[in-house]
Order: sequence, then structure tokens, then C-alpha cells
Amino acid sequence: MSESIIPEAGIPDSEGGAPELTDLQERIARGTVAEVVSSPVQDWATDFSHVDPGWAENPYPIQDDLRQRCPIAHTDRFGGVWLPTRYDDVAAIAYDTDRFSSRAIVISNFRPPHDIAPVGGTPPISSDPPFHHDARKLLLPAFTKTAISRYEPSARDFCHQLIDDFTATGTKDSAGTAIVDAATQYAQHIPIRVIADMLGFPPEDGPTFLAFVEDAIGAVNLPPEERGLLMDKQFAYLDKQVSEHMEHPRDDLTSFLINAELGGRKLESSHVVGAMLLLLIAGIDTTWSAIGSSLWHLATHPEDRARLAADPALIPRAAEEFLRAYAPVTMARLVKEDMHWRGTDMKADDWILLSFPAANRDPAQFDRAGEVVIDREVNKHAAFGLGIHRCLGSHLARMELRVALEVWLERIPEFTVADGAAVMWSAGQIRGPRALPLQLQL
Amino acid sequence: MKLRIDPGKCQGHGRCYDLSPDLFGDDDEGYGQVLGDGVVPEARLEEARKAVANCPESAISLVEDEGATRRV
Repeated sequence: MSESIIPEAGIPDSEGGAPELTDLQERIARGTVAEVVSSPVQDWATDFSHVDPGWAENPYPIQDDLRQRCPIAHTDRFGGVWLPTRYDDVAAIAYDTDRFSSRAIVISNFRPPHDIAPVGGTPPISSDPPFHHDARKLLLPAFTKTAISRYEPSARDFCHQLIDDFTATGTKDSAGTAIVDAATQYAQHIPIRVIADMLGFPPEDGPTFLAFVEDAIGAVNLPPEERGLLMDKQFAYLDKQVSEHMEHPRDDLTSFLINAELGGRKLESSHVVGAMLLLLIAGIDTTWSAIGSSLWHLATHPEDRARLAADPALIPRAAEEFLRAYAPVTMARLVKEDMHWRGTDMKADDWILLSFPAANRDPAQFDRAGEVVIDREVNKHAAFGLGIHRCLGSHLARMELRVALEVWLERIPEFTVADGAAVMWSAGQIRGPRALPLQLQL
Repeated sequence: MKLRIDPGKCQGHGRCYDLSPDLFGDDDEGYGQVLGDGVVPEARLEEARKAVANCPESAISLVEDEGATRRV
């Protein structure tokens, strides 16, 4: 899911030798660098920043306000970004792959050169048609609902094990209450374990993956040189995994990608490593955020918590509503050519912050858009995107979210937020609680 | 009434086969498929309408079954 300072970064040569790092400066020189701006936001309509602490804390009132008065906001930060807030505009851009490119989908101060399209650094999320179709088709069978169902029993066992761990080790007061961080002691570990299992990476490397996610998705406002060095570290790790799998092939996605063919030819090594990076990064903080936001909602809405604990059959429907109301993922696009678009003058290489969260709270599309209605019957939300880039891992994410909530509510039906001021939300394009201290009855 | 999925619009979200596994299935790539001949019995019409309403891509339609004789 990372953007592409990276496509030519240290890929092992065909002999499996040591990674040959290309010159970071040279790669950066081929793209476009914007000045780093980190001052507080002056006006959300003309100077917004999705890395601002106020946006991280609660972006919804800001989005609602912009939807009323813009509805497409702009900022000069990151070299220029447009922010559509209406469902219709978000959908139109998602569907229009002729005028909006996916060659970079995480906004930073670096825009990669045009010639990395249509593959991009992390195919297929970074790919445009026509290349996109085959690159995606290759991965689809591994991510169907049926294919994903084989991971459900181990995911369920793992959720129980996480709860066993903090039940055994947690300090309780005399009334049997304990404080547990549901973000770092529960939600975070579930997608890491499942994706490590799918890719065939050592499960004990979880902390390394977390650092990758922070570097790729969190550290977007660093100067491009610093950011490039962080990305090179990730490629070095992935190169090691590829070499290891080439020596010892096994039944996992890494070996699958190494052996996969497109048009009768093995994938370019940059495609293999880029796709691995996508699966690793896109699978972790997204689902971690969805699980955390859902638990935060339940901790702060006792009537919804009690209802779901008493009626677990309602969990899948409630999970869809949590995905709508707290959609964790915002994507990005790059404008291909100068154009007048729905009242704005877009320039080539302007970013689009494609806010599925804002689209999901548009009153023109949803009744009671600002409310969380856990038994909502009609819920055409866009949390997994729309059009050809529909989240490849959506069936995996849904399984993990449902199982995480089922096990938690079965084991811990009663919980509240221990300290509201200590809840911390991530900034940037993936939003969810990164600290979520809950008070539980153990 | 008969269910149809427009393969040009379906992106494999899977809401239809999640919500109504008796009316929809998926193919090897996760795209939605109408099961059987797609004809919806009267008793399942409400369920079929919900699946139509929940498709994020608006790819499903419930159309008059042209093969059937219309009853007045």
C-alpha cells in the first residue's frame, strides 16, 4: 500500500545474490518533491491536513462541515491535494481510472515519476489499467471468502489466546477489574498473525511489521530522503524472505508469487516484492483499526455493547455498520492531466485524498448518516472502496473483524473506556485507535 | 422475478452471498453469481430486494422473468 519511491529499490538479482541498492537520490530526482509543511491548519477548506492531530482525533465534524460548504476542499500541502467529501464525488473518482491514476496511493511529499505507471510500486493497488487487471486476477483466488475461511479456526484460537494472556497476567483490583489496552494487547496482533501466516513469515517478526506499517503509512510527512531510507529497510527484509522461500519453497503466498506467471512469464522481482509489501502493509493497520474502532464504539455505547453480547448473530450486521461509520481506510489518486472537474481546477499531478470515511457519512447517500445504527438493513458503504480497486483483502478483513468481536464479546461482555484522555487515534490515511485502555471485569 | 448480476459492475465485494447464501454464490475469483436459474420464489422476494439494495456497486437487479407467464 506504500507509494513508490520504491519500485527499483533493492531487488535481488536473478542469481539470488546480495541486494543491489540503487541510488536513493537518483530515484528521488526522477520524481517530484514537495516542501514539508507541518504548521497547524489555518482553514480546513483551503489548508487541510490529514496528518493534523485534530483530524486524527475526530475528522467527522470537519468532513461534515466541508461537505456543506465546499464540497471539495483543497490544500497546498504535499504539493497540492483535493479532498472530495460527497459520496457521489468519491465514487466518480474511484470509477474514473482514465483521469485519476493509482500510481501512488499514499500521499507524501514525493510524487513518483510517470513512467512507473501502469505497474506502480506495489501492484495491483498501485496499478492502472490495462496492467491492473491481470495483476489483480492473479491474487483474487487466494482472497475469496472460501479461501479465507481456512484461516478462521486459527484466528479464533489466537483471539482466545490473546485474552487468556492478559487474563492471566493482568493486574486486577479487589473487585476483579483490570485495565487492558485493546489496541496494543488485542486488535493489533490479530491481523499480524494471520498475514504472517499467509505470507509464510516468522510470526515473531510482528514488531518488525508494525515498524514497517508506521514507516509506510504514518511517517508520510518526512522529507523524501528519510522516507526512502525507511522504505529501503522494508525491501531488504522482503528480499531476505524471498531468498529464503526460493531455497525452501512452501505452500504460502510468498512461494505462490515467486512461481506465478503473467502472460507466460515469471513476475518481475520488483512485482513479487511490491505485492508482498502491499499484502503485509495493507493487511495490518487497516484491520487493526477496524477492530479497535468497533471496540471503542462498544466501550462508549453500553446499549449497543449489551445488545451484541446478548445477540451475537447480529455481529456481522453491526460490523458492516462499524465499517461504514468508522471506515479505517482513505486512499489517494493522482490527477493525470489539467482539467476542470466538478467546479475545481485540477492540475496534472495534484493529489486526490479519496476519503471513503467522508463518503460513508454523506446524508445524501445514507439515512441517519451521522448515527451508528448497529442493525442497519441497507448499508451500501464504500469502506472497501468502489470499482476495480475494491480491497483485495475485504473477505479476510471481514472474517478477522467478525471473529475478533465474537470472541471478545463472548469472553468480555462488559467493558468501558478506562481513561478517555488516553485514547489515541492514528493520523494519516488509516484511522483507528493506537491506544485504547479499557476497564474490564475479569 | 429474476435476479441478475451485471458482471461488468460486480467487483466481488460479496455482500450478496454474505447476506443471501441461498440466492447467491461466488466464483473462483470471488465475483458474485446468481444460483440456479435466478428465479426468486415469492417468499424470498424481500430477501432478494435487500441483496439488491446492499450491493456497493449496484450490480444486482431484480427483473421481470420473461420466461414466466405473468399472472394478473
